[in-house]
Formats: sequence, C-alpha cells, structure tokens
Amino acid sequence: MATDIIKVENLEKHFGELQVLKDVSLNVKPKEVVVIFGRSGSGKSTLLRCLNFLEYPTGGCIEVDGTRLEYGHPTRARRDAIRQIRMKAGMVFQEFNLFPHLTVMENLIEAPVTVRGESKKEATERGKELLDKVGLSEKADQYPIRLSGGQKQRVAIARALNMRPKIMLFDEPTSALDPELIGEVLAVMKKLAEEGMTMMVVSHEMGFAREVADRMCFFDDGVILEEGPPDQMIRDAQHERTKRFLEAVL
Amino acid sequence: MAEARATLGGLGKPKEARAPGLSYQWRKTISYAAIAVVLIGVFIFFQFDTDFMMLWFPYIGRGVVYTLILSFGGMALAIPLALLGALGRLSRSAVLNSISAFYVSFFRGTPLLVQVFFIYYAFPQLAFRPGVPGFLEPVLVLDIIFAGILALGLNYGAYMTEIFRSGIQSIGHGQVEAAHALAMSPRQTTRRIVLPQALRVIIPPTGNDFIAMLKDSSLVGVAGSVTELFNRAQTTGRAEVHPFETLAIAALVYWALTGVFTFFQNKLERRVARGHFREQVHGH
Ligand SMILES: Nc1ncnc2c1ncn2[C@@H]1O[C@H](COP(=O)(O)OP(=O)(O)OP(=O)(O)O)[C@@H](O)[C@H]1O
Ligand SMILES: [Mg+2]
Repeated sequence: MATDIIKVENLEKHFGELQVLKDVSLNVKPKEVVVIFGRSGSGKSTLLRCLNFLEYPTGGCIEVDGTRLEYGHPTRARRDAIRQIRMKAGMVFQEFNLFPHLTVMENLIEAPVTVRGESKKEATERGKELLDKVGLSEKADQYPIRLSGGQKQRVAIARALNMRPKIMLFDEPTSALDPELIGEVLAVMKKLAEEGMTMMVVSHEMGFAREVADRMCFFDDGVILEEGPPDQMIRDAQHERTKRFLEAVL
Repeated sequence: MAEARATLGGLGKPKEARAPGLSYQWRKTISYAAIAVVLIGVFIFFQFDTDFMMLWFPYIGRGVVYTLILSFGGMALAIPLALLGALGRLSRSAVLNSISAFYVSFFRGTPLLVQVFFIYYAFPQLAFRPGVPGFLEPVLVLDIIFAGILALGLNYGAYMTEIFRSGIQSIGHGQVEAAHALAMSPRQTTRRIVLPQALRVIIPPTGNDFIAMLKDSSLVGVAGSVTELFNRAQTTGRAEVHPFETLAIAALVYWALTGVFTFFQNKLERRVARGHFREQVHGH
C-alpha cells in the first residue's frame, strides 16, 4: 500500500491561552477523501490552516508528500519547506477569496506564473482545460464580481488546481452559498475525487460525505474524537457527542 | 448632483417667498453674475491697473513652469516615501515601524515652511563646520529647486503615508491568505495582489494632495529665489510697486491650475471607481 501523503503528528495550536488543537494525529493516503465535521469552534479550520501554515502550529509535526516540517520559528529552511508544502496543497476557502482586480483567467495563471515561473501561455493552456472541467469556459475574461457564488467557488477550485497540487484542502466550500448553488460545487469536487485527488474537506454536507468520502473524522474540542467509514459513522457512531451532533445535522 | 441640490434647494424654500418661475439653475447664474458685478465694481473703485496686468501676465504666468516642476518633483518623491512609510508602519519589524512612525510624526508635526528653510538655509551651515567631511557638501548644500522638491516630498510623503496605509489595510485578509495559500511570497502578495487593489483607495486622496501641493509650492518661492508663480508675483510686485495686480495674476493662475487638475482628478476618480471594481459600485 502506498505511503501516507499527509501525516499529522501530535499537532497542537494555541492562540495565547486558548488551546485550539490538542494533540491531533491523522494520516491520509494518496487518493483518499477525508471529510472532517464537528461543531463550530471545535478547530476544524485551524487544522486545515495549520496544514499549509496559514497558521503556525505550536507543537507537533506535519508532512505533506515527503516534505516534513516540525513546529517552530520561521527560519530560512523552514520558510522554504512551507513554500514547498503550499505548492503541494491547494486550498479552497469558504469565502472564495478570488482576486477582484483580475479576470477569471488571470486569477488562474497568477500563481503559476509568479511562483512557478511558468510562461503565461503554458499556464493559460492548462487554465483553459481547468475552466472546461469546472464548466466555466465562457467566463475566462470576466471579472469575479460578475459571477454567482457557485461560479466563484468553481473558479477558486480551478485556480488552486492550476498550481498542480498533490492534495486539496476545502474549508466549508459550500457554506457561503445559496442552497441551489451548492450542488454545482459538490459535483466538481466529486469529479475531482473520482480523478484520484487526495482531499481533506471540512463540510457538513452529509450526502456528499456518504457518497464521496473514504473516511469521516468527527472533530470535537480540538481532538479527533472518532473516525471511520461514512456509512458506519452516520449509522452507528460510538460516542454520544458524535451521535448528538449527527442527529442535529441530518 | 445637480438634481440633488435642486431638491434640497426646493426643500429649503419658504412657501411663496420666491418668484415661482425661477429655477435653481437660474438663481445660481444670477448670483454668479452679481458676484462678478461686485468684483468689477471693486476693481474700478480701487483703480485696478489692467494694462499693467496685461503687460506682466506673460512673465508671471510663465512661473507655472517652476510651480509644476516643484509639484511633480515633490510628488515623485512623496509617492515612494509614502509607500515605504506605509509598508514600514504595517511591518512586524519594530525597527521599520519606529523609523516610519518617527518620520510621519516629525514631518506632519512641523510646518512645511520651517522644513523648507531648514533644508535650504540650515543644512548648508552644517557643511562648513569643522571636521565635517567634504563629500557631504553636495548633499547639504542644495539648489533651491532641489531643496524645495525635497521638502515638499518629505512633507507630503508623511501625510500620504497614512493614505497608503489605510489603502493597504482596506484590502481584506482573505486576499492575503489566498495568495499565501497559492505559495506566493509576502513580497509577491504585496506587489501583485494588495497594492493593485489598494490603488483604488489611494488614488483619489493622492490627487487631492497633488492639488494641495501645487499651492504649497509657493512656500518654496518664499524661501529662495526660484521663480515660480508666487515668487515672480512678489518680486515684480515690489519692484514695480503694483503688488495688488501681480498677486492677483498669481492667484488667478493658481486658481486656473487647480481647476484644471481638479477636472482631471474627478475623471481619474470616476475611472478608478469603475474599472475592475464593480464590487464597490454595486455595494458588497
Ligand atoms: N487567529 C485567531 N486568534 C485567536 N483565536 C482564534 C483564531 N482563529 C481561531 N481562533 C479560535 O479558535 C477556535 C477554533 O476556531 P476554528 O475556526 O478552527 O473553528 P471551526 O471548527 O472551523 O469552526 P467553524 O465551524 O465556526 O468554522 C475558536 O474558538 C476560535 O475563536
Ligand atoms: Mg471553520
């Protein structure tokens, strides 16, 4: 069996006095789709954001596709490793965060050109394919403000993919969307999973989890309280807290 | 805008107090005409020497060239200083932060005229104190044009640091995070993502400051013999014993100049607001 592409070992994160992550360990295999769920404030976003160092862990270790990084102050070597990890991990935010001063295609090629040093032509070629994949070929020259929420999020996914990441992190990608727009984003994510992308998804879309996820993790108060295959998890969770939470969202 | 004012005027109008037929626009035109008549009356009463004004207008008017050199030069210096100042204020480095805070505090806290005199009159003295190495002389002894540009640039750079800072701060943290998540470095993020968006916020007040600097450049003409508008008006006015006429010329030219640049400023402002930023127009 392939070695784990994501390894999280004894991860801790404090915000001052507040400890948000308490000794979290988690391994993800290539092509695996992990859905993380749990109540608000339990630390789900913080976990994802620690994975690409938008937050600096205050303890533990992270490894993404062979690039390993212990917690600690940012030294030159560490910054280099962070850059490596960020290139390997695409991230999709709840609020899309498209660049409003750039067109859709410019959004897609910005990082490949400035970070990877690709030619505009090369990045645009791939960008076209990706827009095609998310069903937005005709929007290449539009500015983000002209797009619906669902379209924005699909562009955001394509933008992350244009960096050719090894894994994708989704932080509640459909929570800011009107209900009728959620489906189009989930469909793109499902397609991505079928193509073999390794994904960590914070989401409360249980239908999506059941259909697409290989594993679900219930996050509670800074720890992974319980994990397992979606069917088992949804049908008979072990912990009382997990059961209660699932009853509330289902 | 015109309609808005018209409505306000209509609201404020006491019932039946005014002739019903006259529109707001007409009343405005008549008011302007009245102001013009009064001014002409004053000119005639005080025996304004229009022939003298005609004669000297070309010479004094050409002072605009130096006014523009000082202002464009000052702005060319102020903009990079403001950018550095703002980045310093926003940086996590205590050293950069202190330098920038000191800069802003000092140059905003002292009069521009004092700064001009400092640079033009006081610095040269330092160059000739015992033990001061000779290579400092060209730095400390400056031509009035360079001294003026330096003072204007430093002074306005300090004010504009705050403009740039708030412009940069107006860009949401989500933008920075998205760029970081795409592995862009802090520098790339600032240059490619934050600054282009901040410009929308920065350009309008910067235009205002440029117009203010056009007028403040007259202070340089007070300190030294740079023959910009005010300096020419002042010296010829004294020599020819017609200060009222020469200063009136200068005032008219300044007024026209700010009028022209305000026009362009308004156009630019409208363009920036449109551009790519429909977000701002439609509200978000
Ligand atoms: N930058 C920060 N500074 C201080 N506290 C923070 C910061 N970011 C998050 N927290 C705190 O950490 C805790 C976990 O936040 P996190 O965003 O990870 O929760 P979450 O599980 O994603 O919740 P939600 O479902 O609401 O998104 C919260 O109590 C939050 O207030
Ligand atoms: Mg969250």
